[in-house]
Formats: sequence, C-alpha cells, structure tokens
Amino acid sequence: MSSAALTHPARVLSTTALLLTALVALLGCAAGGGAPGSPTMARIRERGRLVCAVDGAVPGFSTVGPQGAFVGIDADFCRAVAAAVLGDARKVEFRPVTAGERFVALSSGEVDLLSISSTHTLGRDAPGGNALSFGPVFFYDGQGVMVPAASGIRSLRDLAGKPICVESGTNTELNLADRMRERGVAYQPLRFQSGEQAYPAYEQGRCAAITSDSSLLAGKRSGFRNPADHVLLSELLSKEPSAKVTIQADPAWADAVRWITYTLIQAEESGLTQANVEASRAAARADASQAERRRFLGVEGDFGRQLGLPADFTLRVVKAVGNYGELFERHLGQSTPLGLDRGLNRLWNRGGLHIAPPFR
Amino acid sequence: MAPVPPAEPASASATPPTPPWWRDRRVIPWVVQAVVGLLVLLLIAFLLGNLVRNLTAAGLLLSWRWLQQPAGFDISESVIPFNAQLPYWRALAAGLVNTIRAVLVSLVGATLLGTLVGMASFSHNGLLRRLARVYVEVVRNIPLLLQLVFWYFVVFLTLPNGVAAIQLPGVVLAKSGLYIAGLGEGLRWVGPTLVNGVWQSPLRLSVEFGALLTGLIVYSGAFIAEVVRGGIAAVPKGQWEAASSLGLSWFATLRRIVLPQSLRVIVPGLNTQYISLAKNSSLAVAVGYTDLYSVAETTLNQTGRAVEVILVLLAAYLTLDLLISALMNGLNRLVQIRER
Repeated sequence: MSSAALTHPARVLSTTALLLTALVALLGCAAGGGAPGSPTMARIRERGRLVCAVDGAVPGFSTVGPQGAFVGIDADFCRAVAAAVLGDARKVEFRPVTAGERFVALSSGEVDLLSISSTHTLGRDAPGGNALSFGPVFFYDGQGVMVPAASGIRSLRDLAGKPICVESGTNTELNLADRMRERGVAYQPLRFQSGEQAYPAYEQGRCAAITSDSSLLAGKRSGFRNPADHVLLSELLSKEPSAKVTIQADPAWADAVRWITYTLIQAEESGLTQANVEASRAAARADASQAERRRFLGVEGDFGRQLGLPADFTLRVVKAVGNYGELFERHLGQSTPLGLDRGLNRLWNRGGLHIAPPFR
Repeated sequence: MAPVPPAEPASASATPPTPPWWRDRRVIPWVVQAVVGLLVLLLIAFLLGNLVRNLTAAGLLLSWRWLQQPAGFDISESVIPFNAQLPYWRALAAGLVNTIRAVLVSLVGATLLGTLVGMASFSHNGLLRRLARVYVEVVRNIPLLLQLVFWYFVVFLTLPNGVAAIQLPGVVLAKSGLYIAGLGEGLRWVGPTLVNGVWQSPLRLSVEFGALLTGLIVYSGAFIAEVVRGGIAAVPKGQWEAASSLGLSWFATLRRIVLPQSLRVIVPGLNTQYISLAKNSSLAVAVGYTDLYSVAETTLNQTGRAVEVILVLLAAYLTLDLLISALMNGLNRLVQIRER
C-alpha cells in the first residue's frame, strides 16, 4: 500500500470536521466584534502564532521535510507573514487542507491565510460568490496534463474515451470539462478528493493521464519512483494565476498580506537578499540620499504602521525568507528536483509578469 | 369539656378539598412539559436567528439560486444522464442516485454474506466455524476507510490492464473495471472488446464502484453476521433438539425451525446495520467513486454555498436512513409473534 494513501483517513475526517465546524461556527457564535484594525491580526497576536493552510503534499510548494518541518515556497510564505506580524518566522502553525476544504477552512476562521496554489477567479473573489480576498499573483501557472511517456499520448485528442484523474473541487476539474467539450472529445473523469488519492491512482496506471497546474504536476512527478517515465503534454488547458487568499470581511488583513507579497517582489527588484538586507538597511539609515530604500525598509515614513505591521516589516520578511527570486530558486528553480524555468514568474523588467506597485 | 365539633369528621369523609393548581398532580406534568417545550423552542429560535444574523453579516444569507447554475464538471459514472452544462441540482441528483445504487447493492450483498457467516458460526465443521470467527474479528476491528483504501489501491489497482487483463468468455476484469457482455445496439449480443487500449462493453462496473461495494459488503457483512449469530443463539436449544429428534438435518433445522424464529431478534439489529451502511457509503470519496458527498463537495467549493450544500446533504442522508428504517420497521411487524 502506498504510504501516501495511508495518510488520508485523517483527511477525510478533517474535511467532515471542518464542514461541521463551519456550520457550528455559523450557528453558534455571536457575531465578531467590530474592533478597529484587523480582527484576524488581533487574533494572531493574541494567539501568538499564525495558522496557515498549506497543501502539505506538493514538492517545491509545501511538503514535510526530512526534519519534520514544512518546506517549500508556500510554507516559506507563511513564515514571511509570521515574521512580519509576530516578528518570528517560526511562529507558524501549518494546517494541511485539501483543495475541497480550503475555502471553508478559511471562511470559518479555522485558518488565517491560505498559502496554497489557489487560482484567482471571479467566482471565488466576488462578494456574491465565495467572498474571498486574493492577494497579488504569487505564481503564474497553467493547467497541464501528465501522461506516461510510453503511452504515445501527445495531445488532448489522444485521450478520447480514456480515464483522466483529477482532483475534485478544483478549477482544474472545470477547465478539463470545458476543453474536452470544446474539442468534442468524450472522456471519463475520475474525481478524487485529494492528490493523495489521485496521484497514487495515476501512478498505478488507473488513469491514462492526470491533470493539474503544471508546476504541481512537475512537483508530484519529482516524487514518483521513475520521474523520467512521465511527460507533460505541450498543450496547456488554461492560465492559472495563483494567489494567497484571505477572507473578504477583513480588508486590513488582506492588505497586509498583499504588501508582504509585494515586499518579496520589490526586494528582488531592489537587489535586497536575505544575506544583505540588514547591512543595506544600516547603510540606508546612514545615507539620507537613498530615499527609496529608506522608505522601503522603514527607515523613513510609517508604512508599516499604516498596514498595522511593525515599521521594519519588510526587513523582517526578507531576513526570514529572502526575496522572491531567492524563494523561487531555493524551492522550484533549476537547482531543485522540479527544475522549473522562471518563465512568466520573472520580474516585469526581466520579461516576466511580477511587478510591485511603489512603496510610497 | 366541650364536645368535639361534629363538623370535622364530616368534612374529612367528604371529597378532599381540591389542592391549588401548582400542587395538582394532573396539572404539574403539563406545566413542566410546556415549560421544557417552550425552552426548546426558544433555543431553536435563538440558534436560527443567530444563524440568519451571522449569515447576513457574512453576506451569505441562504439562497438557492445556485441550484439552477450549470455545474461545469463531468461525472463519468452516472446512472441518470449528466453533462457539465446541466445545473447543480442535476449533479446532486446524479450523485444521490449513485449513492442509492451503491447502498442498495451493498445492502443485498452484506445481508447474504452476513447471513451465511452467521449460520456458519453454528456449523458442525470446526474449520468453517473458526473461519467465520476470524473473519468477523478481523474485519470489524479495522476502520472501514482503511479497508476501502486497501481494496482499491492494493487489490483492484494491481489488476492487469489492456491486453493483459483477465479475460473469460463474455467477461473481462481489468484495472479500469469489470466488463460484461450484453445486448448492444440493434439487440446484438456484444462481448467486451479492446478499442484503442480501452475496454468497452454494454455492461461496465468501474473498479472504484467495485472497491466501494467490496469494502462495504465485507465490513457490514461482519456486523450482520454477529446480529444473525445473536439471533440464532436466542432460539432455545430445545428447538434444535426437538428438530433433531424428528430427524431433520442441520440445514433443514436452521432453515425451517431456527431462522424463522430468530428473525424476530435479527430484524431490529439489522435495521441499525443498514442505516450505518447507508451512512458509511459517503466514504466513497476515498476511492474516487462519485457519490452524493463527492458531488456536494465540489458544488460547495465552486458555489461557496457551504451552509446550503450541507443542509442538502443532511436532508438527503436523513431521508435515506428514515426510509430504510421505515421499511425495516414494516418488516419487523411482519415477523413478530402474532397472537391468534
């Protein structure tokens, strides 16, 4: 039996528990007090730690590392937020959730923040839809399809009549239905509650293909017994700009998370790294001519306070996890088993799409 | 000495004076019940009011318009026709039909298996008796979810695929499912054929359905076996001895004398097991079978209507279980002793 398959009883139970919690929370509690500022941030400070939802099973994004700590770019984002809000990157409680339960976990207040590949869509954003608040795009992705290299399948049309594994409750599931309908190709969707069932089922040959965000497929593939036996089709099914998610009812908290994301991007643009950020701040403090750097690092102005964060939150973030480029190279880049190209995830001035609005 | 006034004994022999209402034995129970009932109603009103208030604050007041929106996802194994353009209520209906299908087949299977094993534990054959005990003890002490995962990933997904599949005349068992010959187009007899690496046949059961059925039947079968064993044990030993003195065989005794009497004990216990089975079927999500719960989860995620979707789920499972219960209670009245 695959070890991944063994871990999911807890998942099914936790889904049920979450759904019930959501219901009970809505039934039972009195409405939250309208304290000024961000109720979520107040809750995090009172609790002394950030409760951050991660997938927990996608190499490069969030997995449990050899030392038992969560590793990956999504996990490090949680640490960056904890560093900004609480001043300590270790004060994070990671909460692995499935694709299907993530939004309920967030809107019921079980978690403070979703650091999971969640595509920004209208229905999830709108007040009449899921009523969530999306940060800036954290990772530009597209939905891909992985097939066994030996299968001879080279396009979506080759999948006619064949079973395709997909995680239920995802955008992926809907895109697959759309693309197949456009092409008039009949197929059998095999819907699994989480990747922990879908990927083992694919690896055991139950499906002719599996579909998800390309980066997730590459990440999962790096954990297969024979990664070289599986290829990604060149066809992309969709654009999947994924972002960090908070609840819409707390715009101050959403702003804080938004600007922590921008901090990572701006730090890369300004050439600030985990190694040099402290020295750079000291240099900027001594040199009044470095106006932009002084503002960004909180030497002048009160941008931190305006967000309800410490004045030097940018310094804390970069010191804790590095800038966006460092995060990418550490977890997803060419030196990792995923070996992803930065592609659209380069900065705007290097031919990519990441841009931070001015810190002023 | 003044004589005792005669009025006193006279009044004692008359009807006692009516006590005040708060000490009246006929009034008190009604008052208590009315108070408790009122408190319960107040609690419900408070919870509902709170629900509506909080949902309104969160901008999530109950709305059912989403039921008419197109679902946007496909279901591969639907008994009623379904495609992605159909509305959510059709998707939920397809999920419910899939749940009912799994529950009905498992009910029959688990009852047969449980009855056989329950009977086997009274067999004269020691090996059979011990096998029955081992089966019951092993199966009912392992969580159902683990068993489902075992059946799916270890047993069914290790079946050979494509041309290597297990092929018998008219039947093919492959990794993707069980394919059975049947009447195809134009009422011609069609056997399983391999088209483009995928088996096709008129009748098809997916391995996901197979794993769910196997898991539910084996698991519930163990509990039903215990109910049947208890029922048989409840029939007095004298019945066995009397039958045996008439020269009836073990099987004939069981079938004609013991089982009919034991049904009175078995049926109520069976009711509980059937209800559990219906609820356990929601674990189908673990093995990729698209049942009501699985459809509801995707619906919930796409529409953001958590409370409404959960209400639909609660209502559906409650109705299913109440129906099973009502049928079993009817059966129970049939098998009870009737005074003639």
